This record gives sequence, structure tokens and C-alpha cells, in this order.
Amino acid sequence: MLHPVTTTHYLVLSAALLAIGTIGVLARRNIVVILMAIELILNAVNINLIAFSRHLGHVHGQVFAIFVITVAVAEAAVGLGILIALFRTRATVQADEINLLKW
Amino acid sequence: MSEFYTSVDHFALVPALMLALFGCAVLLFDFFVFPAPRQRKWLILFLALGIGFAALGLVRQYMFLSSEGLAEFTAFRGALTIDGFAIFFNGIFLAASLIVALVSYRYLEIEGEHHGEYYGLILLANCGMYFLATGTDLVTLFVGLELMAVCFYIMVGFLRFDKRSNEAAIKYLLLGAFSSGFLAYGFSVMYGLAGSTRLGDITAALAARSAWDPLVFLALATTAVGLFFKVSVVPFHMWAPDAYEGAPTTVTAYLSVASKAASFAFLVRIFLGPLISAREVWQPLLAAVAVATLTVGNLAAVTQTNVKRLLAYSSISHAGYVLLGLVAGNPTGIKGIAVYLLVYTFMNLGAFLVLVALRRRDILGEELEDLSGLMHKSPVHAVLMLIFLLSLAGIPPTAGFIAKYYIFWALIQAREYVLAAIAAAYVAVAIYYYFRIVRSMFVSEAADREPLASSFGLRLALGVTGLLTVAIGVYPEPWLALAQNSVLLR
Amino acid sequence: MPEGYLPIFALGLFAAIFAVAVLGLAKLVRPSAPGEVKQEAYECGIRAVSDSRGRYTVRFYVVAILFVIFDVETIFLFPWAVYYRQLGWFGVAEVAVFLAILIVGYIWAYKKGALEWI
Repeated sequence: MLHPVTTTHYLVLSAALLAIGTIGVLARRNIVVILMAIELILNAVNINLIAFSRHLGHVHGQVFAIFVITVAVAEAAVGLGILIALFRTRATVQADEINLLKW
Repeated sequence: MSEFYTSVDHFALVPALMLALFGCAVLLFDFFVFPAPRQRKWLILFLALGIGFAALGLVRQYMFLSSEGLAEFTAFRGALTIDGFAIFFNGIFLAASLIVALVSYRYLEIEGEHHGEYYGLILLANCGMYFLATGTDLVTLFVGLELMAVCFYIMVGFLRFDKRSNEAAIKYLLLGAFSSGFLAYGFSVMYGLAGSTRLGDITAALAARSAWDPLVFLALATTAVGLFFKVSVVPFHMWAPDAYEGAPTTVTAYLSVASKAASFAFLVRIFLGPLISAREVWQPLLAAVAVATLTVGNLAAVTQTNVKRLLAYSSISHAGYVLLGLVAGNPTGIKGIAVYLLVYTFMNLGAFLVLVALRRRDILGEELEDLSGLMHKSPVHAVLMLIFLLSLAGIPPTAGFIAKYYIFWALIQAREYVLAAIAAAYVAVAIYYYFRIVRSMFVSEAADREPLASSFGLRLALGVTGLLTVAIGVYPEPWLALAQNSVLLR
Repeated sequence: MPEGYLPIFALGLFAAIFAVAVLGLAKLVRPSAPGEVKQEAYECGIRAVSDSRGRYTVRFYVVAILFVIFDVETIFLFPWAVYYRQLGWFGVAEVAVFLAILIVGYIWAYKKGALEWI
């Protein structure tokens, strides 16, 4: 009963990653962890793209994935930059302590 | 030129090239040509030059389309499509960028954060918007969206030593990046369904499936969540009031008009492109979202005492009106969206520019009390603000009336009488909270004697936005023709 | 297709059982002689001076951010390297444009003093 890993498996994995990432963004308090959860979502996207790319037999998806990786890095870099500025003025990285503006 | 970069490709890319080139140049000129802080305002001249070249490129594209009688032309094997829609929206973005840059130097000097990068970021964000309006490929659209969004994250947090600015930036970034993730997930599913990243191929592939196919629904749902975040409609609007309140006022102005217009251009392209075959699914969904947006935006605005936050909620409600144009879905509705976003750009920019003028060295100038007695202190600003608020409320003869008129007309044509009635009812609520500001300006005593901030750029920008808000309302024909063009050519 | 996951479940189960079994076996067999020196973190013979979870200066973040950005940009060079011959001079020009933009960023970071320590 050993089946080869098919595209569906990758899609289930990616959907699971999307769900974990979403829960992470909504439930965690530490901003660094939230940023990591967002990275998880983007990695779910990458798995989807690569799986489809392999399934369909052309490279468009891989090219898209490269761009997604780059965008993820840009977002993470800007996010960390803003986080440092925030930490300098507020001395906290907990999302629920950042409450100067009403949520 | 090579097979990968033909002269047509170049022709389609010129405006974006100019914006990117001048954006990079501004970053370098900040060190090498204008190193002294006093010289930084010359960077605005440079920025204006870049926007001018980009506008020239747009005009040439427009002339080419009309002289050849073409509806559109594509470049980069279908990754970019230049049509009336793209040119119209790009015109809006360029105008907004120029106006915002003009008013920024005085404001940033007062805030003590006048850096050259600001102008580079405006140009690069505008470059991203160009790809949002012209792109017809998932990768192009995604990268364009992120280019715009990342520039905005930085600009929202531009006051590095201001707690509110930092906080607004981190909230905007977290929710923005989260929504981009969802959007990218939707795109990846679309790519899987179609085996191509071109919008045209995806439209065909999705049309071959049922609208209720689970994968189509997954793509629709995740893409819609991402897009709804970007245009800040209920229930994905939470970031907007915080980001708008905490950001530097000039950035708030830019964010509320240019980012919103670009995101709507993107949303219209996706919903009337790849997702058109799932219309029976998204039309009721969009109607519900639009009504919820009108409700939350208008009712929350009533209780606000911070004018920036009030205008943030009002801009959420305006997004609801624009969505209604898409719900109607007929040519009048699309024309209505174009007209609405054009008018909204000038009237909303104008309203925020008055707040920019109210920011003085020791006065934040964004509470309702800060506006009190403005009529006695500076009648010109008070009257301009009155015009912008009348227009935002949609009262003739201002431009806002024309904008709302087309949305209502489109709804009636589409026999959506209930939606039209709900939308009309919320105009009354809007009038109530806009007139709280008016009453404060004209009836109350002045809060302080400090004269308003002023600069050549600020006066020019206020004049232009005020003039256009009245002019489009009094003599709308040429603007309507432009908007009509953007629908017909589609 | 849940049955397709059977091998993965089997593998996971095997890994868990193996880990518990080996650790349990070792616990039974090995001699136990705890001492203060043994409890210390291994530091190549140098005495540990502080907790490993100390604070880092914020400079590390700046360097890390810059590293990540410039590091990831190289993934755009790999596809070019693979199709180097087919792309010809167009590819070279394209990569030159790409690197020029990166260099603008580099000069900017350099002039801002982001690369200097202190």
C-alpha cells in the first residue's frame, strides 16, 4: 500500500502550512513570531507553486516562487527594521502592548 | 533590441523605467549633489522631472492607442497591457505623487525628519502602482503590489522617533504582509488551475470550470481576502484607522488616495478578468461586503474626535461606494469606479492637505478642537476645507456629487434598488459627521493664535486640489469622457 | 487520499519509538556520575561567562538584514547562469541592469553608515 507522493500531497501540506501560519498570525503575541508565521504562509505559496510547476511540467511556477522568496525577504527586512525602531521607542515587541492607537 | 525586449516592450515600460530611474537617482543625489539639509527641497524638482517624463510616456501611449484606433496593446508577451484603463489610473497615481511630494518638505521639516529617501520612496511606490494598473500577469501584479506596499510600510514609519508612527507602521506591515500571503496563495491556486500566469489564460481556464468548483472557490476566497485587505473594506479594515492616524499626515494623504486607487485598479482587473466566470459567487459576497463597509465606516466615523481617524473611517466608507460600482458590474458601474477614484483622489488629498497645514511646530493639529475657529484665523483654508467636505459628502455642485451619481445610476440600471437605497441613506450619516468638522471651523472660537504652516508647494497643492474638486463638479464632461474611454477601451 | 500518507505515519511512528527506545536503553546501561563541571555548557575548555540567551547589540540586526537582502538577490543570478548561452548578450545586459540597481542600494547603505561598526 505504498503510494508515491503526488501533487495532492503537496497541496494538502501547503494548505496545512497556510492554516498554521494564519493561526500563528492571529494567536501569537510576539511580533517576531508573527513575522515568522507570515513567512510560513509565503512558504505554503512556494510549495503550491513548485508542486504545480512540477505537475504541469513547465517552469513558470518556479519563477514565480523566486519572486515570492524575494518579496518575503524584502518584507521581513523592512519588518525587522520597523521593529528595531519600535523597540527603541517602546522597549517591547509584544503585539498586545502596542496599544497607543486603538486597534 | 532583442526578442526578449522589443521596441513595443520598451514603449510600454517607459513610464515605469522613468519612475524607477529617477527613484534610484534621488537616493544617490541625496548624497552626491544635494548633501546639505537645506538643499533637499531641490529633490522635489527632480522628482517632478521624473513624474513629468513618466507622464510624457503615458501621453505618448494614449496618442498611439487613439491614432491607431486600438483598444489596447500588450507587451512582454502579454505581461503588460496598455489600455485606457491603465492610462487613466496611472494618470491619477502620477498626479497624487506630485501633489504629495509638493506638500511634504515643509511638513517633514516641522517633524524634523526631512530625508531625501522620502522622495525616492514616493517614486518607487508609484512605479509599483504602474505595474498594478498595467500588469496582466500574476507575477508582475504581485511584484508591483509588493513594491508599492513595502515603500508604504517605510513611509508610514518614516517618523522614526515617533511612537505612533512606529506603531502604525508595524501594524500596517503585519496585516499588509499577511494579506499579501493570502493573495499569493490565491494566485498560486489560479496558476495551478490554468497552468499559466497570464490573466487571459486564467480567465479561459476558470471559465471552463463550474463557478462552485472547490479549487475555483479556494482561489476566489483567498484572493478576495488579500484584495479586501488592500482596499480596506470590512471585515478587513482594522489596519486602516491605525495606519492613517499614526502615519505622517502627508503619507496618510498619499496612502488613502494612491494606494487605494491602485488597489482598486488591481481588484477590478482581477474580478472582471480571471474571476469573471465566478461572478454568481462573488456578486452577492461583494454586495454584502460593500454594505458592511458602508455601515462600519460611516457609523464609526460619527464618534471620532481625531480628524485623521475620522477621515480614515470616511475613506473606508468611500471604498464601500466604489465596491458598489463593481457589484452593479455594468459599464456605467466601471465608469463610475473610474470617476469616483479620480474625484476621491483630489477631494481626499485636499482634506488631508488642510490637516498638513494645521501641523505646526508645537501643535499636532489633528484633533477636532484644533480646527475650531479656522474661519476667523485663516478663511482660505476654512473655505477650501468646506469645499472638500461638501465634495466628500457628495453635495452638488462639487465633484463628489458626480462621483456618487454614477455609482447610484449604475445600481439603478442593474436593478439593485435596495443597495441604492442603503447607499443613499448612508450619505445622510456622512453629512452629519462631515458637518461636525464644518461646525467646529465656522462656529467655535479659535483654539490657538499660531498661524498655519505655509509653503509654496502647500499653497499650490491646495489650490490645485480645490480647483479640481470644484471644476470636475461644475464642468464634468472632459473628465467623464476620459473615464468613458477607460471603460470603452477595456 | 489519506492512505497515501500511511508511509509517512509509519515513518513518524518508527522515529518516535526508536528515539524513546534508544534513550531508555542508554539510561539503563550507562553509569551515572553527575558533577558540577559536567553540568556546564561545553565552551571549548573556556569557562562560561554568561547565559547564552544574552542581549545582542542592535547592530547585529542591521548587518543581518543587509546580509539577507544581498544574499537572496543572488537567486536571480542562478536562472541566468543556467540559461547563460541561450540568453546571450541580452542576459548579460539584463543582469548588469539588475546589479546596477543593487549597487545603488549598496552605495546608499554605505553612505548611510549602515556598514560601519559603531
